[in-house]
Amino acid sequence: MTSQKPDRVLPKVIIERDDLQSLLEALKSQGYQTIGPTVQNNAVVYDEIAQVDDLPAGWVDRQSGGKYGLTRHKKKSLFAYVVGPHTWKRFLYPVEKTLLEARREGRKIEISIPNEDPLRQAFIGVRSCELHAMAIQDKVFLQGPYVDNTYATRRRGLFVVAVNCVRAGGTCFCTSMGTGPKVSSGFDLALTEMAEDDRHYFVVEIGTAAGRDILKRVPHTEAAGSDVDAAERAIKQAASRMGREIDLTGLPEVLNRNFENPEWEKVTGRCLTCGNCTLVCPTCFCSTVEDTTDLSGGNAQRRRKWDSCFTVDFSYIHGGSIRSSAMSRYRQWMMHKLAYWPEQFGTSGCVGCGRCITWCPVGIDLTEEARIIRNSE
Amino acid sequence: MENIEQLLMEHPFLAGMDPRMIKLLAGCATNVVFKAGEFIIREGGDADKFFFIRSGKVVVETYIPPKGALAIRTRTAGEIFGWSWMVPPYKWHFDARAVELTRAVAVDGACLRGKCEDDHDLGYELMKRFASVIAERLEATRLQLLDVYGGNAKK
Amino acid sequence: MEAMQKNKAAESAVEAMLVRPFHIRRIAKDTYDTFTLELEADDGNRRFPFLPGQFNMLYVYGVGEVPISISGDPALDKVLVHTTRAVGVVTKAMRGLKIGDEIGVRGPYGSSWPVKEAEERDVLVVAGGIGLAPLRPAIHYLLAHREKYGRIVLLYGARTPEDMLYCKDLEKWRSRFDLDTYLTVDRATGAWKGNVAVVTQLIGPAPFDHHHCLVMVCGPEIMMRFTFPELRRRGVTDDKVYVSMERNMKCGIGLCGHCQIGSTFVCKDGPVYRLDQLGAIFSRREM
Repeated sequence: MTSQKPDRVLPKVIIERDDLQSLLEALKSQGYQTIGPTVQNNAVVYDEIAQVDDLPAGWVDRQSGGKYGLTRHKKKSLFAYVVGPHTWKRFLYPVEKTLLEARREGRKIEISIPNEDPLRQAFIGVRSCELHAMAIQDKVFLQGPYVDNTYATRRRGLFVVAVNCVRAGGTCFCTSMGTGPKVSSGFDLALTEMAEDDRHYFVVEIGTAAGRDILKRVPHTEAAGSDVDAAERAIKQAASRMGREIDLTGLPEVLNRNFENPEWEKVTGRCLTCGNCTLVCPTCFCSTVEDTTDLSGGNAQRRRKWDSCFTVDFSYIHGGSIRSSAMSRYRQWMMHKLAYWPEQFGTSGCVGCGRCITWCPVGIDLTEEARIIRNSE
Repeated sequence: MENIEQLLMEHPFLAGMDPRMIKLLAGCATNVVFKAGEFIIREGGDADKFFFIRSGKVVVETYIPPKGALAIRTRTAGEIFGWSWMVPPYKWHFDARAVELTRAVAVDGACLRGKCEDDHDLGYELMKRFASVIAERLEATRLQLLDVYGGNAKK
Repeated sequence: MEAMQKNKAAESAVEAMLVRPFHIRRIAKDTYDTFTLELEADDGNRRFPFLPGQFNMLYVYGVGEVPISISGDPALDKVLVHTTRAVGVVTKAMRGLKIGDEIGVRGPYGSSWPVKEAEERDVLVVAGGIGLAPLRPAIHYLLAHREKYGRIVLLYGARTPEDMLYCKDLEKWRSRFDLDTYLTVDRATGAWKGNVAVVTQLIGPAPFDHHHCLVMVCGPEIMMRFTFPELRRRGVTDDKVYVSMERNMKCGIGLCGHCQIGSTFVCKDGPVYRLDQLGAIFSRREM
């Protein structure tokens, strides 16, 4: 995203729900591909959107361990749902990508790297936890000794319309993680939806100069103090109703000390190593590489694909896999997220979005596993 | 609560030992129980005990990444395991785990070493018995190394 | 995002994926499953500077990539030498290549043996099996700068005499007066009249000063693990011991996540590590 802050703190503004379409038009006119939440296959997933009508108006998600469902909301809110199985990472760090192509002529091999498509994307409806997840992935893909080109290009061309949560999900624990529900930074515009019977509007905070420029093309009025206060109250409500919580005090040390705690074995009774958690997690970044040739053998390709540490050959070296037991793979995932990540990247790897709890077929809850291990000492 | 001295007197390893010495030994001993799968000793740890196995089975093993744990030797009822308490630097060289529920008498190595320093007769008696143990381990290990059943490893 | 980093970042990203075509200049069969390739760059840019201990990602056209330590002399940086066992799909395909065939190279990556830090100290090199391959560049370097070091001792153990690598180099090293070379096998075959012992047992009597030394160990993890108590018994503290670790790698540049052991990435924090900085890694199973 463009990072230039406006010269001064700008007052908040109001956009009426019916004027939201202008926001989409403004973004499209500036060459952004608009991506936002839609309802498909009974879930809220992120896809390209053209109109405000594509958004999940009036839908609300019910989430708990291993369960996800959409029900009708009493209001016509566009953003009453919280998070679904998709994360924004699939648009910055694609599921599949061609890394190189090789052509063989006789014994000579020519290698070429596909050009990077300078994609400009606008994400509509990014939650605070998701913004934190993006910042976490920035550390992985942009701040190491080697940078991922696709991620860098797409990040540069990104416009973020964030949304403050006014409703907490059944498995959310962003307050424990310090990642929400209010967005603090990393956005161009941030919306708080106020969907009342007589009025449906958004209180909008401007985050960057780019956000301010786009806003010029959207009908808006200055927000009254009472509107701003109402928005703050709604966000505080969400903060008070988190579905889960986790005690972060010294958690990396607790987990490191308990590497051989028999509790890990108990989780394995349930974990299927299906890897759903890694698919839906907004910070997981592991990948694998696949080399193929066409039938003639004249053209070869290397593609990078999302991978999961839960696969049995993830840690395979000659002779076998280092982590062959299911227990060791679950432990690796959870310890990476909560104990190793802080050492590697300076922050927790978890943002408290709760997706891993919701989308685990057997409802394994890492906040509970952390509690069990801590209490077993 | 069984009397430890009695248990030790019944153990084959101490057959023929002077009851006075067994009493000294018992002074350093406690009853222990290990659940199936539980680690008894860990490689690199302080070798501060040795064990008389009363019932159950123990496997001495080492972890070879990435293959996993390799069993080196098993020990069962009537046998002892752990001789590193006698030899400096008194550190375990391998892991040992209970294969099934195992009851044993654990003898504190430091305590016993102290008693052996004070009572050389006790020390010599134990040294003789443990020398046999270590010799047996060495011979068995060499035989295992020779890979007597199959051909050589090379294809 | 910091604009000033923009262009620098993008450049390093593209470079990281770029596979440089090399061709095979020479092939040597070392043992029944181990072979050594000498590679030369296709393009005019023929030098390939590297530090001892580093590795490359080697690409076999259409088959895949594997991380392999560089095992040549760092002073001869126009030829890339790689020794590897043929144990997987890619390495087996590699073994089937002929002189003149192409291999893609990305690298060099990773940390290196602390040859500068070892100056003015005795150096003990302990190699087991194919572990000699990542250590050979360090040995070459030490001998090329011989006056900077105290006593240099090489302990090399293999399963049998037929499993020993680099026999010509071993002969040369054994005949030097400024290098103590001790070879051993676990099992003697044929005409072997040398030591028959596990290499760890050569550490006790090795002629080096534990007060002022640096130790470099490389071999299968279990072998390295058993050298540590022997070194400690000689009075060598863990901060003087360096090891080389190995893990599954798909990218070699810290992005695919496969090579992690706990919080360290073997491809960028390693493969060479100082022992005291590895924590409990060796004593934990399935980490």
